[in-house]
Amino acid sequence: MDANASARLKRRAGVVAHRVGLFLAMLLICLPGIWIVLSSLRPTVEILAKPPVWIPQQVSLDAYIAMFSGVGKGGIPVLDYFRNSLIISVTSTVIAIAIGMAGGYAFARYRFRGKSAMFLGLMLTRTVPGIALSLPLFFVYARLDIIDTHFGLILAYVALNVPFTIWLIDGFFRQVPKDLAEAAQIDGCTRWQAFWQVEFPLAGPGIASAGIFAFLTSWNEFALASQLTRSINSKTLPVGLLDYTAEFTIDWRGMCALAVVMIIPALVLTFIVQKHLVGGLTSGAVKG
Amino acid sequence: MTAKRLSAPTLLLLPAVLVLAAVVVVPLCLSFYSSFTPFRLTRPETFFTFIGLRNYRNILSDANFWWAFGRTVLLLTIALNLEMLLGLGLALLVEKASRGQRLLRTIMMFPMMFSPILVGFQFKFMFNDNIGLVNNALQSLGLTQDAIPWLIEGHLAFIAISIAEIWSSTSIFAILILAGLLAMPKEPVEAARVDGCTPWQTFRYVTWPFIMPFAYIAMTIRSLDVARAYDIVKIMTDGGPAGRTELLWTLVARTAYSDARMGVANAMAYFSILLSIIFTVYFFKKLAAARTQIGAEW
Repeated sequence: MDANASARLKRRAGVVAHRVGLFLAMLLICLPGIWIVLSSLRPTVEILAKPPVWIPQQVSLDAYIAMFSGVGKGGIPVLDYFRNSLIISVTSTVIAIAIGMAGGYAFARYRFRGKSAMFLGLMLTRTVPGIALSLPLFFVYARLDIIDTHFGLILAYVALNVPFTIWLIDGFFRQVPKDLAEAAQIDGCTRWQAFWQVEFPLAGPGIASAGIFAFLTSWNEFALASQLTRSINSKTLPVGLLDYTAEFTIDWRGMCALAVVMIIPALVLTFIVQKHLVGGLTSGAVKG
Repeated sequence: MTAKRLSAPTLLLLPAVLVLAAVVVVPLCLSFYSSFTPFRLTRPETFFTFIGLRNYRNILSDANFWWAFGRTVLLLTIALNLEMLLGLGLALLVEKASRGQRLLRTIMMFPMMFSPILVGFQFKFMFNDNIGLVNNALQSLGLTQDAIPWLIEGHLAFIAISIAEIWSSTSIFAILILAGLLAMPKEPVEAARVDGCTPWQTFRYVTWPFIMPFAYIAMTIRSLDVARAYDIVKIMTDGGPAGRTELLWTLVARTAYSDARMGVANAMAYFSILLSIIFTVYFFKKLAAARTQIGAEW
């Protein structure tokens, strides 16, 4: 009886401790984001107030309105940056996926000499830190006169995304049983047809999530963009964020608002693909 | 056409190889060459003067370079280990939860969506000595009276950067380890319990070997872009105060673009590339080993 009661008490204490731990962990993860959103909605006076104002007194969308109403009022040309970011990210993603699909299919379906060395080699090109890569790229681009153009950044981002895209897509094609494509070929499809009508639709969701991952990488990239862009011709949002710190005073509210604008597409897209993403990365973990 | 069929994988891999050669390999060869010249952006003719290993000798005898190098390794060691531990803890916490798994997993992925530059900015904001959330909270709780100079004092700035780095990347470990925990068959754990293992023994000898490959995948992914820390440092302190948080990457950027000494910067860049490659190859090997081990046991 006594042992029973104490065991039950111990178990309940364990459950409570687990809940508290979980809650604290989630709070720590969410807090910075919540704070940014909150700050973007408050007037600057409240952000700078000393002693701090914890509960927002005035909530307004002024920062967002100012930001999107042009250079004169918002301080920085956010719309141009937004357009550049969108063009560069989308184009480089589409190209990277096309190349990545070819490469990923090769790794998933064919056996050839030096396969794992090739795979490791491709991954190694991704390890070159952006800033180290930017030095020679800056030099080459300056010679070719493609600094501060969309084309230059798109090219760089395609190369940046291809290795990881191949890794992911390789994983997704491996999850599609080989027999299906072979059955289609026996039924009279060419290998090309079998790929597009059987394997591609099955791996489709995975490929889409690889695409979104590539999009996010381009959307968020900073080290290369900060050196290869110069003006509103090609500056992307992450580089634009620095415009707020260029002066002596930092416009915290404006920066928070721009941060929210940057994070929302990323948030939505990541939410859509989360399931496939983990599946693709880990598909080879157990089976090899 | 037989020749073409033979080379199908070659053909499929060709575009990838071409792009990577054009954007990564060739420029890197160029920068490797220029690391042997006193090349300055402002004086193009210096590109053709060969000075042998002088750049390397210079940086190897430069205390600042070694400080930056050591600091980078220290940051990576601290960050990767803590991320691993915290990620494991988080994954175990979430896996144990009986309700709201989907919501918890979504929240867990939250930091992954932040670009490093946003992470840097938001922690710069939170650690601001005057208006930052951290100091405001500490003062409101009465823990301290004065404004703690988080980003102004060298050691504190290093801690602040580590926290930002850990916050942003723990979720990668957590999400992949959680995937491993969920994919794990239940029988071995139950068998271990029946055989009288303590919870710790069950974890150490049954669960851990199984989720190890997943942890190494996370490590490999992380080592692919360890240099993301550049963005965070660039925004939070820009290597300051007085170079106390200068990492290899910020040092390279400063030498190349502010001082325009491309040749020296390229020599330094090769050290940072080497560092990244060592990290990646190491974890890649570990991953392969862990996979074969699992294959043998299950």
